[in-house]
Amino acid sequence: MTAAVEFSRVSRHFGPTHAPVKAVDGVDLTIAEGSFFAMLGPSGSGKTTCLRLISGFEKPTGGTIRIFGQDVGDIPPNRRNVNTVFQDYALFPHMNVRDNVGYGLMVKGVDRRTRDTRAEEMLALVKLEGYGDRKPAQLSGGQRQRVALARALVNEPKVLLLDEPLGALDLKLREAMQDELKALQSRLGITFVFVTHDQGEALSMADSLAVFNEGKIAQIGTPADVYARPRTRFVADFVGSSNVLPPEVTRAFGGPPKWASLRPEMLRVTAADGVALAGTVTGLRYLGAGSRVTVALNGTEVAALLPAGQPVPEPGATVGLAFDPAALHVMEGEG
Amino acid sequence: MTSPTPAILPERGLADRLTALFWRHPRVLLAVLLTPPLLWLGVVYLGSLAALLLQSFYSIDEFSGLVKQEFTLKTYAELFRAQNLDIIIRTLLMSAAVTIGCALIAFPIAYYAARFARGKWKGIFYLGVMLPLWSSYLVKVYAWKLILAKEGIITWAAEGVGLSMILNAILAIPGIGGNSLSTSLLGTFIVFVYVWLPYMILPMQASLERVPTSMLEASADLGASRAQTFRTVILPLAMPGVIAGSIFTFSLTMGDYIIPQIVGTSARFIGLAVYQLQGTAGNIPLAAAFAVVPIVIMVIYLMIAKRKGAFDAL
Repeated sequence: MTAAVEFSRVSRHFGPTHAPVKAVDGVDLTIAEGSFFAMLGPSGSGKTTCLRLISGFEKPTGGTIRIFGQDVGDIPPNRRNVNTVFQDYALFPHMNVRDNVGYGLMVKGVDRRTRDTRAEEMLALVKLEGYGDRKPAQLSGGQRQRVALARALVNEPKVLLLDEPLGALDLKLREAMQDELKALQSRLGITFVFVTHDQGEALSMADSLAVFNEGKIAQIGTPADVYARPRTRFVADFVGSSNVLPPEVTRAFGGPPKWASLRPEMLRVTAADGVALAGTVTGLRYLGAGSRVTVALNGTEVAALLPAGQPVPEPGATVGLAFDPAALHVMEGEG
Repeated sequence: MTSPTPAILPERGLADRLTALFWRHPRVLLAVLLTPPLLWLGVVYLGSLAALLLQSFYSIDEFSGLVKQEFTLKTYAELFRAQNLDIIIRTLLMSAAVTIGCALIAFPIAYYAARFARGKWKGIFYLGVMLPLWSSYLVKVYAWKLILAKEGIITWAAEGVGLSMILNAILAIPGIGGNSLSTSLLGTFIVFVYVWLPYMILPMQASLERVPTSMLEASADLGASRAQTFRTVILPLAMPGVIAGSIFTFSLTMGDYIIPQIVGTSARFIGLAVYQLQGTAGNIPLAAAFAVVPIVIMVIYLMIAKRKGAFDAL
């Protein structure tokens, strides 16, 4: 399989050379053709800058970017067969929906009739038949997002970039769009690269993902891999908010004296007598599908996820903790 | 608790009473705010406009020179006499040329200010654009007369770099040329463009500022060249600002009667014609009819602009 996008030692520094702001710092990255790739990270971690480096709105200060094997260092955005769904959708307010969708074809000199037909096809693809004559201002947020998607896809891009595509939608719509985007991607077979700060979204949608932290990639892998085996403390905490155990606590939990992660759903709360690990309940948060119990022991706080229906301990009570030793993941990386 | 806070705070006098009044009746505040300007606009402005319109339907008695206060279209018919039509067409062409000239010069400046200028540079931009408005308009026009005069700095500079030939060739163009720049219609044009430029830059800059960067990126992302982005995205979105600016430059040029008197030929413009008709000639009806012309032209201009979709982005 060819790489759709390849970063080698790519950096994007802003500001003066003696004290640069390293938005992206020496990133190596390979995105396989036809994959659904997520760039996950908190704000300011460099994920959006990476997306803009692919589209060409940012120029790297170091390293090379290849799109389908071709070095794009010298290629302006309009010649890259890569399209973006912008975070604010960036629909043209003075054009109706049909002209918005047909815009990419219009600037390539496609005649009006072909372009209108193609625009209608794309609107049907995103389930917006009959909306062609409306202005973007007359659409809801979810509909605008679909128009933005249709406008990008009409160009048959080699790579589709999505910048926080679901950020502005409410929860119900977001979940529906997640399924739709996923279905659309597997139907069209286009490489999708999407940026998000929502780890749930990244885990549920992506084939593989890169976790960004401070301009560097903390870990790349499949969602299951990254979730089960976080490489660093940052990844463990950011993806699924795991319990991050310092070396001495790990040893108390029966592991080697190293940093480790233990998923809250892997912990069981038991009676306090006759177990190796016992502590005091310090917090309790009701989550609907279960409860999150915080237990203080060995000078640290550990969170456990209780499925709904199980008895919930009182704050201040002494409880025991049990887990499958295989669930304790020892991390190799630092930071 | 020693002193419990009340659920309802006591009223603290007039300011609180007024706040309560405006809260209970939001329209009262609107009425208070709008009445003075509406009185001013309605009575003083629209009233005088109506008086003007009324005057233009009177005529002047050719023997006594007195105004006959009866309804007639005779005065309007006079506008179509060759010499008057000449004035109208000349003014229209000059206003159009000045507007286009201002738009061409203003656009790059406004674009720079809206897209790139930040912080200190934005302040410098505003200062630079508005500074000329601080000094008297007459001083500026007389300064230009000296700059454009035959013994002026432009002629001198052209001689210095050996471009006199070109200057003379330009001045030899019939219609816009003349003895020197300060006595040619080209000179009038240059001064008009200079004087009205800020009125074009500021609304243009305001409208360009409202075009989000992501819109330009989206256009490039979809394959548009810079020229295509300009034509299909920037210009249509900036159009309300361009139109607003052009209303200023167009109507200010149409009504001005000072610049053509100081810089230019003896050819008359509408403003000058109105000034002379109501002053020396005492022909108020014809002056009023002339004054109606710019209003009619502006209305037609705005109707065309609206039909062309210039306000779609508003």
